Amino acid sequence: MLEKWVERALFVSMLFCALCVTAVFGFLVYFSWPLLSNVRGLAGIFSSVWKPFMGEFGILPMLAGTFSLAFLALVLACPLAIGITCFIEGLAPARPANAVRSLVYFMTSIPTVIYGFVSVFVLVPLIRDTFNQGAGFCLMTSAITLSLLIVPTMVISLETEMRQRAEEVRLGARSLGLTPAQELLWVLLPCSGRGLVVAMVLGFGRAVGDTLVALMVAGNAPVIPHTLLDSIRTLTAHIALVVATDSQDQAYYSIFAAGLLLFLIMALLTLLVRTIGGRFGQGGKRHERAF
Amino acid sequence: MNVRSEHALTFFSWLAAGITAAAVFILIAYLLVQGLPVMGPALFFGDTPWRAAVMGAEPVFDGIYPAVAGTFILIVCSSLIAIPLGICCGIYLAEYARGPLKNIFSFMVDLLSGMPSIVMGLFGFALILLMRRTLYAHANTSIMLSSACIALLILPYLIRMTQVALESLPESSRLLGPSLGYTRWQNIWHVLLPASSTAILSGIILSIGRAAEDTAVIMLTGVVANAGIPRSLSDKFEALPFSIFYLTAEHRDELELLRAFGSALVLLALTATIFFISYCIQRRLKRRWTMGE
Repeated sequence: MLEKWVERALFVSMLFCALCVTAVFGFLVYFSWPLLSNVRGLAGIFSSVWKPFMGEFGILPMLAGTFSLAFLALVLACPLAIGITCFIEGLAPARPANAVRSLVYFMTSIPTVIYGFVSVFVLVPLIRDTFNQGAGFCLMTSAITLSLLIVPTMVISLETEMRQRAEEVRLGARSLGLTPAQELLWVLLPCSGRGLVVAMVLGFGRAVGDTLVALMVAGNAPVIPHTLLDSIRTLTAHIALVVATDSQDQAYYSIFAAGLLLFLIMALLTLLVRTIGGRFGQGGKRHERAF
Repeated sequence: MNVRSEHALTFFSWLAAGITAAAVFILIAYLLVQGLPVMGPALFFGDTPWRAAVMGAEPVFDGIYPAVAGTFILIVCSSLIAIPLGICCGIYLAEYARGPLKNIFSFMVDLLSGMPSIVMGLFGFALILLMRRTLYAHANTSIMLSSACIALLILPYLIRMTQVALESLPESSRLLGPSLGYTRWQNIWHVLLPASSTAILSGIILSIGRAAEDTAVIMLTGVVANAGIPRSLSDKFEALPFSIFYLTAEHRDELELLRAFGSALVLLALTATIFFISYCIQRRLKRRWTMGE
């Protein structure tokens, strides 16, 4: 009797979570429907002009801002993440390696708003004075800050993957007389390709989804960026800004469209990680059984 | 050639670790240098006597006490919603769900954990818009709404932590209960949950850290710059991460800027403490498993 009720209760709570996710999607669609359902509305959203007082609600500049920022942050973070993972996984003596691993985990607990805050007072003046152009609130500043934010996500994912591989190959590599550097460069790194892709997708997703760093240091100009020193506005920052400034009804519909776009991007990335990671996980299990 | 690239890799990995460590060091050192001098009762309570401020007898105008209190209320309310729900879902996913249903649910959880926090905030905002149109014309954003949205944000971490904690228990303790004639739920309740309670606890603490730091969700669901301490769950409120953001953008004088530094240091201290508690628990856990029970 109790057994049945417990199982039912647990199922209902799981169902509730699933319903919440569906509800988020449903709300976004429902509120952006007035724009999505007709050609004029759609063309209005996917235009490159954002002038709410002139009735122009294009979110293309924000989409471009989001992707250029996330891509640039990924380009900066990727080598760092690979370097740190190699550092932890064998290139450094045990003590520094453990210290850096703890540091990476600690970085995940630093609030996003603090990354943005320190960046405003340290990095922004530095960029402004170095390049002597603009206010320093630009694509480059936010990408550097954001790369620091996504490094831990990438390192943790990559390290988990690499450690599993390492357990499989370490004995063989050592018996061939490979040094840790040789083992990493010629054995571990080449066979962690998929792990690297997963780490990159996760890092990219984190960069796309972040609001505060972009809002605080990217400058928030709704134009398509052309250089690294251009001010940009991301989809996430755009939503925050429009809700805060409380403009007309049409503007509201367009932020729900922006939210829907973010939802779909993240769903796609999640699906990607599941496909790559899933196949990988099964491969690992088959290996175990063979031994 | 080979030797050279191996040396290059070693050098490069030291460089990468060095750059990152230096960046974090600069971040913390800068906050300490700027924030430590303003630490003190005046930062928290301004001119109000602290006893009166804590009791709620007198409002605090130029201190961060209302923001600290708001953050704590937010953490408590969202934990009350998310922790029971998250643990139930985790147990379901680990012990009951099978086949395609498990795949669907687990995809939903992944989707939820990948959701940008601003989208979660937008969801709360939309909820209010809908309520205004249909049921209740005076519905407004509040600490209750923020707590619910934050709960939704930390839910996937709790679910995954519980699920992983249960699934990584050794086979021996999984078979212990049934061999004594326990039913499925008796086994979960008397054997599996106690055995994984430490891991679940560390997951709970980590998710509290997330609830404390998130800014984007509360920005759209009821946080404001000057609200004082909320008297009911349907009031607006202040929170530490938001006041840091707000003061950075809108500070009027040097004093407010100093308050922003103080708030940032307090928030960092809070999340760092939460992190270290969870870290210590996890270390103890690891030792227990490696010593082999």
